[in-house]
Amino acid sequence: MTSSHETAMTGPLHSPHRHVATTELHGAKIIEALTASRIEFVISVPNIVTSEGLLRPLARWTGPRLIRICKEDEGVGICAGLAYCERRALLLIQNTGLLDSINAIRGVAVEYALPICMMVGLLEKEPGISPRDSQRYGVRIVEPILDVMGITYHLLDGDDDIGKIQPAVDDAYARSRPVVFLVGRRPTAS
Amino acid sequence: MMNSKDCLEALLRHITDDDVVLPVYSTAFDWIALRHRPLNYLAHGAMGLASSHGLGLALGRPDRRVIVLDGDGSLLMNLGALVTIGEAAPRNFFHFVCENGTYEANGGHPTPGRGRIDFAGFARAAGYRTARTFTELTLFEQQIGALLLDEGPIFVDLKVKPSERQIRDYTLLHGPDVRKAFKNALRMS
Repeated sequence: MTSSHETAMTGPLHSPHRHVATTELHGAKIIEALTASRIEFVISVPNIVTSEGLLRPLARWTGPRLIRICKEDEGVGICAGLAYCERRALLLIQNTGLLDSINAIRGVAVEYALPICMMVGLLEKEPGISPRDSQRYGVRIVEPILDVMGITYHLLDGDDDIGKIQPAVDDAYARSRPVVFLVGRRPTAS
Repeated sequence: MMNSKDCLEALLRHITDDDVVLPVYSTAFDWIALRHRPLNYLAHGAMGLASSHGLGLALGRPDRRVIVLDGDGSLLMNLGALVTIGEAAPRNFFHFVCENGTYEANGGHPTPGRGRIDFAGFARAAGYRTARTFTELTLFEQQIGALLLDEGPIFVDLKVKPSERQIRDYTLLHGPDVRKAFKNALRMS
Protein backbone atom coordinates (compact mmCIF):
# COMPACT_ATOMS: atom_id res chain seq x y z
CA MET A 1 0.00 0.00 0.00
CA THR A 2 1.28 3.44 -0.86
CA SER A 3 0.64 6.07 1.77
CA SER A 4 1.41 9.69 2.27
CA HIS A 5 3.47 8.65 5.25
CA GLU A 6 5.71 6.45 3.12
CA THR A 7 6.07 9.18 0.55
CA ALA A 8 6.88 11.80 3.14
CA MET A 9 9.53 9.57 4.61
CA THR A 10 11.25 9.24 1.28
CA GLY A 11 10.74 12.77 0.01
CA PRO A 12 12.59 15.92 0.97
CA LEU A 13 11.19 17.44 4.12
CA HIS A 14 12.38 20.97 3.64
CA SER A 15 13.50 23.28 0.91
CA PRO A 16 17.22 23.79 0.52
CA HIS A 17 16.51 27.23 -0.94
CA ARG A 18 16.25 29.65 1.93
CA HIS A 19 18.06 32.51 0.22
CA VAL A 20 15.66 35.14 -1.02
CA ALA A 21 16.82 37.00 -4.12
CA THR A 22 16.24 40.70 -4.50
CA THR A 23 16.55 41.13 -8.27
CA GLU A 24 13.74 41.42 -10.80
CA LEU A 25 11.88 38.35 -12.01
CA HIS A 26 11.34 38.26 -15.76
CA GLY A 27 8.40 36.28 -17.11
CA ALA A 28 10.07 35.79 -20.48
CA LYS A 29 12.94 33.98 -18.78
CA ILE A 30 10.50 31.75 -16.90
CA ILE A 31 8.83 30.88 -20.20
CA GLU A 32 12.22 30.06 -21.69
CA ALA A 33 12.85 27.73 -18.77
CA LEU A 34 9.45 26.07 -19.22
CA THR A 35 10.22 25.52 -22.89
CA ALA A 36 13.60 24.04 -22.02
CA SER A 37 11.76 21.80 -19.54
CA ARG A 38 9.61 20.45 -22.40
CA ILE A 39 6.35 21.63 -20.84
CA GLU A 40 3.64 21.03 -23.46
CA PHE A 41 0.55 22.15 -21.53
CA VAL A 42 -0.06 24.96 -19.06
CA ILE A 43 -3.19 24.42 -16.98
CA SER A 44 -4.29 27.56 -15.20
CA VAL A 45 -6.66 29.52 -13.05
CA PRO A 46 -5.53 33.15 -13.36
CA ASN A 47 -3.79 34.74 -10.41
CA ILE A 48 -2.80 38.33 -9.99
CA VAL A 49 0.85 37.58 -9.20
CA THR A 50 1.55 35.94 -12.55
CA SER A 51 -1.27 37.50 -14.60
CA GLU A 52 0.63 40.05 -16.66
CA GLY A 53 4.16 38.75 -16.56
CA LEU A 54 3.50 35.09 -17.21
CA LEU A 55 -0.06 34.01 -18.00
CA ARG A 56 -0.85 36.70 -20.56
CA PRO A 57 2.37 36.09 -22.53
CA LEU A 58 1.74 32.34 -22.32
CA ALA A 59 -1.76 32.84 -23.71
CA ARG A 60 -0.32 34.69 -26.72
CA TRP A 61 2.54 32.33 -27.23
CA THR A 62 2.67 29.48 -29.69
CA GLY A 63 4.44 27.23 -27.19
CA PRO A 64 2.60 25.12 -24.61
CA ARG A 65 -1.16 24.80 -25.06
CA LEU A 66 -3.01 26.80 -22.42
CA ILE A 67 -5.97 25.04 -20.82
CA ARG A 68 -8.13 27.40 -18.76
CA ILE A 69 -9.80 25.64 -15.87
CA CYS A 70 -12.56 26.66 -13.47
CA LYS A 71 -10.99 25.38 -10.25
CA GLU A 72 -7.50 24.37 -9.32
CA ASP A 73 -8.14 20.76 -8.31
CA GLU A 74 -9.36 20.06 -11.84
CA GLY A 75 -5.85 20.90 -12.93
CA VAL A 76 -4.35 18.27 -10.67
CA GLY A 77 -6.46 15.64 -12.42
CA ILE A 78 -5.68 16.97 -15.89
CA CYS A 79 -1.95 16.98 -15.19
CA ALA A 80 -2.22 13.41 -13.89
CA GLY A 81 -3.91 12.23 -17.06
CA LEU A 82 -1.26 13.95 -19.15
CA ALA A 83 1.50 12.43 -17.02
CA TYR A 84 0.22 8.93 -17.79
CA CYS A 85 0.50 9.90 -21.46
CA GLU A 86 4.10 11.03 -20.83
CA ARG A 87 3.17 14.60 -21.72
CA ARG A 88 4.63 17.33 -19.51
CA ALA A 89 2.36 19.95 -17.96
CA LEU A 90 2.49 22.86 -15.53
CA LEU A 91 -0.35 23.83 -13.19
CA LEU A 92 -0.19 27.62 -12.83
CA ILE A 93 -2.23 28.80 -9.85
CA GLN A 94 -2.19 30.98 -6.74
CA ASN A 95 -1.48 29.95 -3.14
CA THR A 96 -5.20 30.18 -2.38
CA GLY A 97 -5.85 27.62 -5.09
CA LEU A 98 -3.07 25.41 -3.78
CA LEU A 99 -4.70 25.46 -0.36
CA ASP A 100 -8.09 24.71 -1.90
CA SER A 101 -6.65 21.72 -3.75
CA ILE A 102 -4.81 20.07 -0.88
CA ASN A 103 -6.91 16.90 -0.99
CA ALA A 104 -6.39 16.42 -4.71
CA ILE A 105 -2.68 17.04 -4.33
CA ARG A 106 -2.59 14.64 -1.39
CA GLY A 107 -4.33 11.86 -3.30
CA VAL A 108 -3.10 12.30 -6.84
CA ALA A 109 0.33 13.88 -6.57
CA VAL A 110 1.64 12.52 -3.26
CA GLU A 111 -0.05 9.18 -2.61
CA TYR A 112 -0.05 8.15 -6.26
CA ALA A 113 3.44 9.61 -6.70
CA LEU A 114 2.76 11.46 -9.94
CA PRO A 115 4.86 14.25 -11.46
CA ILE A 116 2.45 17.12 -10.90
CA CYS A 117 4.43 20.34 -11.48
CA MET A 118 2.86 23.41 -9.92
CA MET A 119 3.81 27.08 -10.21
CA VAL A 120 2.13 29.01 -7.44
CA GLY A 121 1.87 32.79 -7.16
CA LEU A 122 2.15 33.90 -3.55
CA LEU A 123 -0.54 36.55 -3.22
CA GLU A 124 0.78 39.70 -1.51
CA LYS A 125 4.09 38.18 -0.45
CA GLU A 126 6.46 40.99 0.25
CA PRO A 127 9.38 41.04 -2.27
CA GLY A 128 12.68 40.04 -0.74
CA ILE A 129 11.03 38.46 2.30
CA SER A 130 11.00 34.70 2.82
CA PRO A 131 7.48 33.25 2.53
CA ARG A 132 7.78 31.95 6.10
CA ASP A 133 8.42 35.48 7.30
CA SER A 134 5.55 37.07 5.41
CA GLN A 135 3.00 39.12 7.28
CA ARG A 136 0.34 37.32 5.23
CA TYR A 137 -1.00 34.23 6.98
CA GLY A 138 -2.00 32.61 3.67
CA VAL A 139 1.59 32.96 2.44
CA ARG A 140 3.31 32.08 5.72
CA ILE A 141 1.69 28.65 5.97
CA VAL A 142 2.47 27.44 2.44
CA GLU A 143 6.02 26.12 2.95
CA PRO A 144 5.22 24.36 6.25
CA ILE A 145 2.24 22.63 4.59
CA LEU A 146 4.42 21.47 1.70
CA ASP A 147 7.00 20.25 4.23
CA VAL A 148 4.38 18.18 6.02
CA MET A 149 3.21 16.73 2.71
CA GLY A 150 6.77 15.89 1.69
CA ILE A 151 6.55 17.94 -1.48
CA THR A 152 9.70 19.51 -2.93
CA TYR A 153 9.45 23.24 -3.57
CA HIS A 154 11.59 26.07 -4.89
CA LEU A 155 11.18 29.79 -4.42
CA LEU A 156 11.32 32.00 -7.52
CA ASP A 157 11.91 35.50 -6.20
CA GLY A 158 14.39 36.77 -8.78
CA ASP A 159 16.01 35.86 -12.08
CA ASP A 160 18.76 34.02 -10.23
CA ASP A 161 16.15 31.45 -9.18
CA ILE A 162 14.91 30.66 -12.69
CA GLY A 163 17.73 28.19 -13.23
CA LYS A 164 16.06 25.91 -10.70
CA ILE A 165 13.11 25.25 -12.97
CA GLN A 166 14.43 22.85 -15.60
CA PRO A 167 16.37 20.53 -13.28
CA ALA A 168 13.44 20.42 -10.87
CA VAL A 169 10.94 19.58 -13.62
CA ASP A 170 13.27 16.92 -15.02
CA ASP A 171 13.69 15.47 -11.53
CA ALA A 172 9.93 15.44 -10.91
CA TYR A 173 9.37 13.40 -14.06
CA ALA A 174 12.41 11.18 -13.52
CA ARG A 175 11.35 10.28 -9.98
CA SER A 176 7.60 10.63 -10.58
CA ARG A 177 7.08 13.09 -7.75
CA PRO A 178 5.32 16.47 -7.48
CA VAL A 179 7.21 19.74 -7.36
CA VAL A 180 6.09 23.27 -6.52
CA PHE A 181 7.61 26.56 -7.67
CA LEU A 182 6.59 29.42 -5.42
CA VAL A 183 6.50 32.73 -7.30
CA GLY A 184 7.45 35.31 -4.73
CA ARG A 185 6.96 38.49 -6.72
CA ARG A 186 5.15 39.65 -9.82
CA PRO A 187 7.22 38.74 -12.87
CA THR A 188 7.69 41.48 -15.42
CA ALA A 189 6.47 40.62 -18.91
CA SER A 190 9.70 41.31 -20.78
CA MET B 1 -35.27 3.82 -14.36
CA MET B 2 -32.62 1.55 -15.78
CA ASN B 3 -30.36 -0.93 -14.06
CA SER B 4 -26.80 0.42 -14.17
CA LYS B 5 -25.30 -3.02 -14.82
CA ASP B 6 -27.53 -3.43 -17.88
CA CYS B 7 -26.31 -0.06 -19.16
CA LEU B 8 -22.69 -1.00 -18.58
CA GLU B 9 -23.17 -4.30 -20.40
CA ALA B 10 -24.69 -2.46 -23.35
CA LEU B 11 -21.80 -0.01 -23.37
CA LEU B 12 -19.21 -2.75 -23.06
CA ARG B 13 -20.34 -4.31 -26.32
CA HIS B 14 -19.01 -1.20 -28.09
CA ILE B 15 -15.75 -0.82 -26.20
CA THR B 16 -12.57 -1.81 -28.02
CA ASP B 17 -9.25 -2.83 -26.54
CA ASP B 18 -7.86 0.60 -27.46
CA ASP B 19 -10.40 2.61 -25.48
CA VAL B 20 -9.41 4.17 -22.16
CA VAL B 21 -12.24 3.84 -19.63
CA LEU B 22 -12.45 5.73 -16.32
CA PRO B 23 -15.22 4.37 -14.09
CA VAL B 24 -15.81 5.75 -10.58
CA TYR B 25 -16.80 4.17 -7.27
CA SER B 26 -19.74 1.73 -7.44
CA THR B 27 -19.72 1.91 -11.24
CA ALA B 28 -16.05 0.98 -11.17
CA PHE B 29 -16.73 -2.18 -9.18
CA ASP B 30 -19.53 -3.17 -11.55
CA TRP B 31 -17.34 -2.37 -14.56
CA ILE B 32 -14.31 -4.39 -13.49
CA ALA B 33 -16.60 -7.27 -12.57
CA LEU B 34 -17.80 -7.22 -16.18
CA ARG B 35 -14.34 -6.85 -17.70
CA HIS B 36 -11.04 -6.22 -15.98
CA ARG B 37 -9.06 -4.72 -18.84
CA PRO B 38 -5.61 -3.07 -18.87
CA LEU B 39 -6.85 0.31 -20.07
CA ASN B 40 -9.30 0.77 -17.21
CA TYR B 41 -8.14 3.92 -15.37
CA LEU B 42 -9.42 3.35 -11.86
CA ALA B 43 -7.39 5.61 -9.54
CA HIS B 44 -8.67 9.18 -9.38
CA GLY B 45 -7.24 10.21 -6.02
CA ALA B 46 -10.08 12.44 -4.93
CA MET B 47 -13.85 12.28 -5.47
CA GLY B 48 -15.08 14.24 -8.47
CA LEU B 49 -11.87 14.31 -10.45
CA ALA B 50 -12.49 11.49 -12.92
CA SER B 51 -13.60 13.79 -15.72
CA SER B 52 -10.51 15.96 -15.19
CA HIS B 53 -8.19 12.94 -15.35
CA GLY B 54 -10.11 11.96 -18.47
CA LEU B 55 -9.56 15.35 -20.04
CA GLY B 56 -5.83 15.04 -19.45
CA LEU B 57 -5.82 11.59 -21.04
CA ALA B 58 -7.90 12.81 -23.98
CA LEU B 59 -5.54 15.72 -24.60
CA GLY B 60 -2.47 13.55 -24.14
CA ARG B 61 -3.66 10.70 -26.37
CA PRO B 62 -5.91 12.15 -29.07
CA ASP B 63 -5.61 8.83 -30.90
CA ARG B 64 -7.73 7.11 -28.24
CA ARG B 65 -11.36 7.30 -27.19
CA VAL B 66 -11.48 8.31 -23.54
CA ILE B 67 -14.69 7.24 -21.80
CA VAL B 68 -15.51 8.56 -18.34
CA LEU B 69 -18.16 6.67 -16.35
CA ASP B 70 -18.98 9.29 -13.73
CA GLY B 71 -21.47 9.34 -10.89
CA ASP B 72 -23.92 12.14 -10.22
CA GLY B 73 -22.44 12.77 -6.76
CA SER B 74 -18.96 12.87 -8.26
CA LEU B 75 -19.97 15.21 -11.06
CA LEU B 76 -21.68 17.55 -8.59
CA MET B 77 -18.33 17.90 -6.83
CA ASN B 78 -16.66 19.11 -10.03
CA LEU B 79 -19.35 20.77 -12.13
CA GLY B 80 -16.92 23.37 -13.42
CA ALA B 81 -15.14 20.56 -15.24
CA LEU B 82 -18.03 20.51 -17.71
CA VAL B 83 -17.15 24.06 -18.72
CA THR B 84 -13.43 23.28 -18.93
CA ILE B 85 -14.13 20.23 -21.09
CA GLY B 86 -16.57 22.19 -23.24
CA GLU B 87 -13.91 24.77 -23.96
CA ALA B 88 -11.05 22.33 -24.49
CA ALA B 89 -13.43 20.32 -26.71
CA PRO B 90 -11.49 17.08 -27.18
CA ARG B 91 -13.10 15.10 -29.97
CA ASN B 92 -12.18 11.82 -28.31
CA PHE B 93 -13.92 12.52 -24.99
CA PHE B 94 -17.10 10.67 -23.96
CA HIS B 95 -18.66 11.44 -20.59
CA PHE B 96 -21.31 9.14 -19.13
CA VAL B 97 -23.03 9.76 -15.81
CA CYS B 98 -24.86 7.03 -13.94
CA GLU B 99 -27.44 9.20 -12.19
CA ASN B 100 -28.91 7.33 -9.25
CA GLY B 101 -29.58 10.28 -6.95
CA THR B 102 -27.36 9.03 -4.16
CA TYR B 103 -23.83 9.20 -2.83
CA GLU B 104 -23.82 5.45 -3.20
CA ALA B 105 -20.27 4.76 -2.03
CA ASN B 106 -20.74 6.97 1.03
CA GLY B 107 -23.78 5.38 2.59
CA GLY B 108 -26.44 5.94 -0.03
CA HIS B 109 -27.47 9.38 1.16
CA PRO B 110 -29.39 11.51 -1.35
CA THR B 111 -27.56 13.98 -3.56
CA PRO B 112 -28.75 17.57 -3.34
CA GLY B 113 -31.36 18.30 -5.97
CA ARG B 114 -31.86 14.64 -6.80
CA GLY B 115 -34.34 14.14 -9.60
CA ARG B 116 -34.55 17.85 -10.40
CA ILE B 117 -31.20 18.40 -12.14
CA ASP B 118 -30.82 18.37 -15.91
CA PHE B 119 -27.24 17.16 -16.19
CA ALA B 120 -27.42 16.92 -19.97
CA GLY B 121 -28.66 20.51 -20.00
CA PHE B 122 -25.64 21.54 -17.95
CA ALA B 123 -23.32 19.77 -20.38
CA ARG B 124 -25.02 21.23 -23.43
CA ALA B 125 -24.80 24.74 -22.00
CA ALA B 126 -21.16 24.15 -21.11
CA GLY B 127 -20.25 23.43 -24.72
CA TYR B 128 -20.39 19.66 -25.16
CA ARG B 129 -21.03 18.87 -28.80
CA THR B 130 -23.81 16.40 -27.95
CA ALA B 131 -25.67 15.79 -24.69
CA ARG B 132 -28.32 13.12 -24.22
CA THR B 133 -30.43 11.65 -21.43
CA PHE B 134 -31.62 8.05 -21.43
CA THR B 135 -34.31 6.55 -19.22
CA GLU B 136 -35.01 3.39 -21.26
CA LEU B 137 -32.47 0.65 -21.83
CA THR B 138 -33.79 -0.27 -25.26
CA LEU B 139 -33.21 3.22 -26.61
CA PHE B 140 -29.77 3.37 -25.05
CA GLU B 141 -28.85 0.02 -26.60
CA GLN B 142 -30.03 1.24 -29.98
CA GLN B 143 -28.14 4.53 -29.93
CA ILE B 144 -24.97 4.00 -27.92
CA GLY B 145 -23.00 2.60 -30.86
CA ALA B 146 -23.63 5.66 -33.01
CA LEU B 147 -22.89 8.04 -30.15
CA LEU B 148 -19.49 6.43 -29.62
CA LEU B 149 -18.65 6.90 -33.29
CA ASP B 150 -19.53 10.58 -33.19
CA GLU B 151 -17.17 13.48 -32.43
CA GLY B 152 -16.86 14.53 -28.81
CA PRO B 153 -17.10 15.89 -26.35
CA ILE B 154 -20.25 13.88 -25.82
CA PHE B 155 -22.26 13.67 -22.61
CA VAL B 156 -24.74 10.92 -21.74
CA ASP B 157 -26.90 10.95 -18.62
CA LEU B 158 -28.16 7.50 -17.67
CA LYS B 159 -31.09 7.52 -15.24
CA VAL B 160 -30.46 4.41 -13.17
CA LYS B 161 -31.58 2.78 -9.97
CA PRO B 162 -29.13 2.62 -7.06
CA SER B 163 -26.90 -0.45 -7.27
CA GLU B 164 -27.39 -3.54 -5.20
CA ARG B 165 -25.18 -4.00 -2.17
CA GLN B 166 -21.53 -4.33 -3.21
CA ILE B 167 -18.38 -5.58 -1.54
CA ARG B 168 -15.90 -2.80 -2.25
CA ASP B 169 -12.20 -3.59 -2.06
CA TYR B 170 -10.66 -0.25 -2.94
CA THR B 171 -7.21 -1.73 -3.45
CA LEU B 172 -8.69 -3.06 -6.70
CA LEU B 173 -9.21 0.54 -7.80
CA HIS B 174 -6.17 2.45 -6.64
CA GLY B 175 -3.54 0.05 -5.42
CA PRO B 176 -0.03 0.71 -6.78
CA ASP B 177 -0.17 -2.42 -8.94
CA VAL B 178 -3.34 -1.20 -10.63
CA ARG B 179 -1.80 2.16 -11.49
CA LYS B 180 1.41 0.58 -12.72
CA ALA B 181 -0.51 -1.84 -14.92
CA PHE B 182 -2.46 1.01 -16.51
CA LYS B 183 0.67 3.04 -17.12
CA ASN B 184 2.39 0.12 -18.80
CA ALA B 185 -0.65 -0.71 -20.89
CA LEU B 186 -1.00 2.86 -22.12
CA ARG B 187 2.69 3.09 -22.91
CA MET B 188 2.62 -0.15 -24.88
CA SER B 189 -0.54 0.66 -26.79
